Amino acid sequence: MINMERRALLKTGGGIGLFALFSAVGLLKPGLAMADWNKSAFSAKNLDEALTAMGVNKPEVNDVFIQLTVPEIAENGAIVPVKVVSTYPNVERISILVEKNPNVLAANFIFPQGTEPMLTTRVKMGQTCSVIALVKADGKYYRSSKEVKVTAGGCGG
Amino acid sequence: MGNPMKIRAAVKEGVTEVKILMQHEMETGLRKDADGTLVPAWFITEVKAEHQGRTVMEAQFGQSISKNPYLLFRFKGGAEGEKIKISWVDTKGDTREDEVAIVV
Repeated sequence: MINMERRALLKTGGGIGLFALFSAVGLLKPGLAMADWNKSAFSAKNLDEALTAMGVNKPEVNDVFIQLTVPEIAENGAIVPVKVVSTYPNVERISILVEKNPNVLAANFIFPQGTEPMLTTRVKMGQTCSVIALVKADGKYYRSSKEVKVTAGGCGG
Repeated sequence: MGNPMKIRAAVKEGVTEVKILMQHEMETGLRKDADGTLVPAWFITEVKAEHQGRTVMEAQFGQSISKNPYLLFRFKGGAEGEKIKISWVDTKGDTREDEVAIVV
């Protein structure tokens, strides 16, 4: 099926064939120009590996300027609500990591000027472990973490 | 083309709150189906939110985001009737784009 698409694109793409091909088989489509998806960080198997891949060195722990809200007990590990609010000035990015998941980094959120440094989302958790909020503000990294007890993992099958 | 998103954007006291519910399996690549065959990874990698053409939030997802991803965020500005556009792209290169008007 992919080959069919390639052929169609090469036929219609003409001179820009190569570029069109790469855009078609890659992750990004033209018109969706987004920040780079960091493959090594998203494939990291443990917390240290993820932080290294993200270029983060020993983030300062701060539970005052980062409010991380997670349930104490998650009955369903497939849907664990996570809320992060940061009161640092100039928050550029908030990342959510799940310490013992097979893929530790769950998401990065990038905040342009004017967007409030807060978010709510839902993550999967395979087992009881810490959820970590990593905040980048003024070029520096800060973290806060909380343990969630998972009674039924969300990665089974 | 992916399934439609549910989006609600409401402005209150100069701040617009955007709630998004995407429809996506978010397969981790680690799950086995009933026959014991590994289901290949398939998940949304990037989400972008635009208000009148200006990017107000970007997100990058990994496998640990739940099926049918939910997202809430807030930005300063926005007025009734103005447009919020959300788009995503997944690991298969599939995309989805939906637009709503801000309500009060």
